[in-house]
Amino acid sequence: MQIHITEADGTPFYQQVVNQIKFLVASGRLDEGEQLPPVRRLAEQLLVNPNTIARAYRELESEGVVASKRGAGVFVSDSGSPLSRKEKTRILHERIDALLTESSQLGVGVDSLLKLIEQRSKKFDSPRGGKS
Amino acid sequence: MSESVVDIKGVSRSFGKKVALDEVDLSVPKGSVVGLVGENGAGKTTLLKHVLGLFKARTGTVRVFGKDPVKDPESVLSEIGYLSEVRDLPDWMKIGELMSYTKAFFPSWDDAFAEELRQMFELSLDQKVKTLSRGQRARAGLIAAIAHRPQLLVLDEPSSGLDPVVRRDILSAIIRTVADEGRTVLFSSHLLDEVQRVSDHVAMLHLGKMLLTSPMDDVLTSHHRLTVRFEQPLDSPLKLDAALRCEGEGREWTVLCNGERASVEAQLTQLDGEIVDRAAPTLDEIFVARMNG
Repeated sequence: MQIHITEADGTPFYQQVVNQIKFLVASGRLDEGEQLPPVRRLAEQLLVNPNTIARAYRELESEGVVASKRGAGVFVSDSGSPLSRKEKTRILHERIDALLTESSQLGVGVDSLLKLIEQRSKKFDSPRGGKS
Repeated sequence: MSESVVDIKGVSRSFGKKVALDEVDLSVPKGSVVGLVGENGAGKTTLLKHVLGLFKARTGTVRVFGKDPVKDPESVLSEIGYLSEVRDLPDWMKIGELMSYTKAFFPSWDDAFAEELRQMFELSLDQKVKTLSRGQRARAGLIAAIAHRPQLLVLDEPSSGLDPVVRRDILSAIIRTVADEGRTVLFSSHLLDEVQRVSDHVAMLHLGKMLLTSPMDDVLTSHHRLTVRFEQPLDSPLKLDAALRCEGEGREWTVLCNGERASVEAQLTQLDGEIVDRAAPTLDEIFVARMNG
């Protein structure tokens, strides 16, 4: 599991860990039932406070993304799919909001933006493009 | 809720006419990592020396594990690991001698752990302390500070002047220490990115006064950085009561504020400013804003 955290923006580290694990689950890079690294090991790997990782895991557990099995560790929940759909929407909403803000600052209206998106997406329609 | 390992209340200290600490309060919860930040001469080392019982509080009280470190030094110090900024190790000793010498002071010394650290740090037993490089010296000091698995680890500017590899060793020592259930770390640093990484609480000292002590996440989420753009260039510097710091020139300015985001935004809108970016500042930015206002 590859997570990268940065002090470059002030987003609390536990939040960065939560967001990235959700992303890994939503994108299928973490499978249902897969085990997350123990708190201490991830803390040493990322060089952050173990309490930060513990808090991130608690947060993920309360949202149902992971479940902890006593003594065995923390695992990606089986009931991942509806959540991962919600998560996909959330991630996209974030990007869309940022794009809308930027385009309005550049003086580009929503209609022109939509056209641009269509044009760009044609580039991905080639056989080499990503999976739908 | 949680008990405090270190409890400092109303401690003041002067050296001659210079006030080093002014009514300082600090509480270090058990199992936490507290990062003590402040400019050079802010009083960080003086405060840490009170924790270690090297200075006696003239006013106020200092309690470590509920005890007075000046009156009860043996029982307090045996549970503390300390790495000083100057890393004052006995130059004439060899690494092996340093380890057995330090061990003699601490009943809880863990030989296997000390040996593991020594090998990890690639220090040889018969190397003289005097011949160590700066980084090796820090590593040797670190072994002496943590191999007895102290309940409280106190580090004074542990990474100052060290290369990134040694700094990493020090950070992972801090992390290992707290990962062992219930152990506590109090360290001072002016490397704010490092403090932001490993601390769960931050204490900010400025000219002997404690400006703020707070959980790290609260500090980060309560501060906001707004970028604002005005129709016309401002001819005088932007000043807002609720802001910690305004910076910029001409049409674009950056405003850093604490908590009062709504009122700051209202003031900016009233001045015909358009807020073009809202972001969370880093601990470093918050520190600079607090220091220089």
